[in-house]
Amino acid sequence: MSNVKAQNEFKTLARDGLWENNPALVQLLGLCPLLAVTGTITNALGLGLATLLVLVGSNITVSLVRDWVPNEIRIPVFVIVIATFVTFVELVMHAFTYGLFTALGIFIPLIVTNCAIIGRAEAYASKNPWHKAGFDGLVMGSGFALVLVLLGSIREIIGQGTLFDGAELLLGDWAAGLRVEIIQFDYPLLLAVLPPGAFIAMGMIIAVKNIIDRQRKERAAQKPVEKAQRVRVTSQ
Amino acid sequence: MIVPAMRRNGLILAAFALVATGLLMFTQYLTADRIAAQQRNELMRTLSELIPSESYDNDLYGDCTEVTEPKVLGSKLAQPVYRARMNGQPVAVAVRTTAPDGYSGDIHLLVAIALNGSVLGVRVLEHRETPGLGDKIDVRRSNWILSFTNERVRGADDSRWQVRRDGGAFDQFSGATITPRAVINAIQRTVVWATEHQQSLFSAPRQCAGSAMVDEQEEQANE
Repeated sequence: MSNVKAQNEFKTLARDGLWENNPALVQLLGLCPLLAVTGTITNALGLGLATLLVLVGSNITVSLVRDWVPNEIRIPVFVIVIATFVTFVELVMHAFTYGLFTALGIFIPLIVTNCAIIGRAEAYASKNPWHKAGFDGLVMGSGFALVLVLLGSIREIIGQGTLFDGAELLLGDWAAGLRVEIIQFDYPLLLAVLPPGAFIAMGMIIAVKNIIDRQRKERAAQKPVEKAQRVRVTSQ
Repeated sequence: MIVPAMRRNGLILAAFALVATGLLMFTQYLTADRIAAQQRNELMRTLSELIPSESYDNDLYGDCTEVTEPKVLGSKLAQPVYRARMNGQPVAVAVRTTAPDGYSGDIHLLVAIALNGSVLGVRVLEHRETPGLGDKIDVRRSNWILSFTNERVRGADDSRWQVRRDGGAFDQFSGATITPRAVINAIQRTVVWATEHQQSLFSAPRQCAGSAMVDEQEEQANE
């Protein structure tokens, strides 16, 4: 019985993180790196993975120490935890993915200021056991990373006509073959590459999400009778 | 009443800070060698971009000397100077220099200067300038830095070595003037200094902490 309940809880968490309460599309948190680095898929994926790693790490740590942290100083403690993970990720990226490290530049340290991370620490991790907090970090981070990658691919196709340009910076030399040239431009379409293009593309993605949500709601509203019957049957 | 609580909170906070610092120091210790190696590779790649490989025949990265010139090179630490030679004759130098007056912190540059005093090329090695504005000094973002290639400096008060807004010959970026100004000044200082001290730079003994390590590795590989 409790097993089923726990499973449902994880399912709700996953749906929240990836769709219903997506940090980038619904909560609109962490927009600064989101809009700034999504010029290419590679950059988006790099920052998405780094954020995911920090979010999982900080969520688990915050959850583990939550009983020892008095309420008054919880925010500074969360900031210390998050900053530690970010610096850790920064050092590791500096050592192992140097090209990407220089490409992402200031945005890796800026993960510290990504409100999505401290938001999850405060809203969820500080009130729940570590495995749930870790899972929450995983799905929230994935939701954020997916939006980054989606935005990165849209902008890369429209702006440069390629996909996975510079993937070898993130994944090693073998990934140089991943680069696909989709459209041949004489000049890159600057609007998509520059920040305004990021805002416009982001707005489109949110609009599409809202349309899908509304259609789902309408469909659900069309069959309330059937639902009510089923409830009566199971209650007997 | 409030004092014990404050003391307790302070101690807890200090404990977290200590543990976090300890963990990061450990990580830094583990990754330091690897990061140094990556920076070395990057530097070697940049060097070969700036000085055409057919123009010299020595081990450019190994033929390195260190100079400490805080006023010119912008750093209190010893800065490496790499010397390119052909059949033992001087060809060019590449100087690592720093613009200390960037918009956010130091901008580290590598400036290659030919024997006749003209700039062979400049690259930004490291910077923290504003993304989208000041980071156009990076060759990956824009080709602004290439505009210095083959330029010459006529003395420390050469009026061409300024951004256009100040009456010079080089573009500023819209929204960012401090960054290009800092870079232009650093290049100008470095070129004037390197041309004046050409002889002593080429005759200085080999002594660089980083390149000594490479030499050892090469020797071990040869054995």
